[in-house]
Amino acid sequence: MTITHAKPAAAVKIRRTPSQLAFNLIAYTIILLLSIFCLFPLVMIVSGSFTENDTLLREGYRLIPSRFSTASYRELFKYPDSILRAYGTTIVCTVVGTALGLLIISMTGYVLQRKDFKYRNVFSFLIYFTTIFGGGMVPWYIMLSKYLHMNNTFAARVFPILMSSFLIILMRTFISSSCPVEIIESAKIDSAGDFRIFWNIVLPIIGPGLATVGLFLALSYWNEWYLTSLFITKRDMYSLQYYLYDLLNSAKFAQEMGIATGAEKLPSESIKMAMVVIVTGPMILLYPFVQKYFVTGIAIGSVKG
Amino acid sequence: MTGDSRAVPKRRAAGAGAGKKRGLLYELKVNRVLFLMLIPAAVYFILNNYLPIFGMYLAFTRFNFADGIFRSPFIGLENFRFLWESGKLVKLTVNTVSYNLAFILIGNFMQIASAILLSRLGSKVFKKITQSVMFLPYFVSYVILNVIVYNLFNYDLGFFNGILQSLGQEPYDFYNTPGIWPVILVILYIWKQVGYGTVIYLATITGISPELYEAAEIDGANVFQQIRFITVPLLVPTFITLLLFSLGGIMKGQFDLFYQVIGNNGVLYDATDILDTFVYRSLKQDFDVGMSTAAGVYQSIFGFIVIMVSNALIKRNHPEQALF
Repeated sequence: MTITHAKPAAAVKIRRTPSQLAFNLIAYTIILLLSIFCLFPLVMIVSGSFTENDTLLREGYRLIPSRFSTASYRELFKYPDSILRAYGTTIVCTVVGTALGLLIISMTGYVLQRKDFKYRNVFSFLIYFTTIFGGGMVPWYIMLSKYLHMNNTFAARVFPILMSSFLIILMRTFISSSCPVEIIESAKIDSAGDFRIFWNIVLPIIGPGLATVGLFLALSYWNEWYLTSLFITKRDMYSLQYYLYDLLNSAKFAQEMGIATGAEKLPSESIKMAMVVIVTGPMILLYPFVQKYFVTGIAIGSVKG
Repeated sequence: MTGDSRAVPKRRAAGAGAGKKRGLLYELKVNRVLFLMLIPAAVYFILNNYLPIFGMYLAFTRFNFADGIFRSPFIGLENFRFLWESGKLVKLTVNTVSYNLAFILIGNFMQIASAILLSRLGSKVFKKITQSVMFLPYFVSYVILNVIVYNLFNYDLGFFNGILQSLGQEPYDFYNTPGIWPVILVILYIWKQVGYGTVIYLATITGISPELYEAAEIDGANVFQQIRFITVPLLVPTFITLLLFSLGGIMKGQFDLFYQVIGNNGVLYDATDILDTFVYRSLKQDFDVGMSTAAGVYQSIFGFIVIMVSNALIKRNHPEQALF
């Protein structure tokens, strides 16, 4: 005897009714088109980066380079100093911000899900409230720049996105769903301190939650340009994205003003594309490995949260 | 909640002398480590969110950096009057709200559709690959999006003008045609967000009991009817929750998207300027602190009213989905 499990997807697949065939046709077509729609701008950039600048200026952007060339990458790494510096500061900010953010977020999430903590709802609400009402961007900017003196410090690139109420609530849900109350209670009976319980018992079993929240944090640090644009004026402290933004805009500006003719220093179109690939590269390379954490994390946070 | 009462018997006994009333002082003593663990987050939210609320006072001053928030001259409602008389406020509000509504409605529709279709695909490999591809743009920064848009729509080199020219058509001047940008911005928003939303809806669909579909099939419902009468109704709660969250930000909008894609192209402002970009420019380029704070105050209060009202409305019909 075979045990038949309920598998609707399989059952549906076997039945080849006309409506099922029609549905499959529609579904595969639409999903395929959506995927192409999502992928093709990225292909275009990669293709541009492997095209020689002259060809690019003559033929415009295409999906497949008409003549493959790595000239722009070689050109880009002739003077690697400034891009490597932007890379360096961005890596440091990403690592520090993610580690610190993870520690604080998980600690906060842990306390807020402790059923015996009387003020957990008060604190949860105070954290949530920041998403529905705030002073606006300008008072926040004045606060950080005038009163916390964050202009031209790395703190300006780390502090403001260290945590968010969304991530704390996501973590709280994660901890309360993956970490049974009994474990915490039995640890308390063994008179373990609250921080010890968090550090030795809770942290090790919320790995997937840490991965998800950590990825959200890392992504926001890696893609950060806004904070740099507000607080940083020193070029050697630019984040990678803002460095690219600045480069693109000065090139665009020069072009509009007509200074571009003969100016050797302006980045060519294909070098810009190579820059984009270099800047996005690490995220895209990591993507296949981290994607599943994102998916499970978002799923848990959204369904139960 | 029953969970409250089964807390830490041991400590409860130790603190029995304090009586049954568990006041703040008692809590501070018993759970001091928990309070300590909250301090970093508390400091963060106080500095980053709560103290700036007092800075709203700036909207009533003619701010100068040296005097700071509380010693700059008080000028009453002057900034608001200026903002109103400039005539921009209505335009900005209409733009912000209508873009957000378009994003919310079209975005959710696309996300729900792709989640439903994906959930019913037979081929696991196809499903996995396409889902990954659709999620990919979420990881691309807005600076890169700016590059992509430029490559697509640039007059001389743009991809679309390349196609037009190869078809013997005149190139189209996208960057001088405001009317086309609302469409482009909505498409870009979908490009960036469709994968993320699909994951959320897919998670809900996975949670639907297979027995419902089996029963429907026995009753002779075809796949379209199953979707129409089972999947879609069960996605409504998720949709309402997401809708409420997005309504809370209806006055904010996708600053990164608008600022990176449109930048300082004044030709397009009429069709593309939203409150966020206006405030940012007023601060960064004109350093008009008083007026930009006033715009921010208006934005905050308007947004707060929207979320309170929509939450109250949801609470009446779907109390489960209300935010608070």
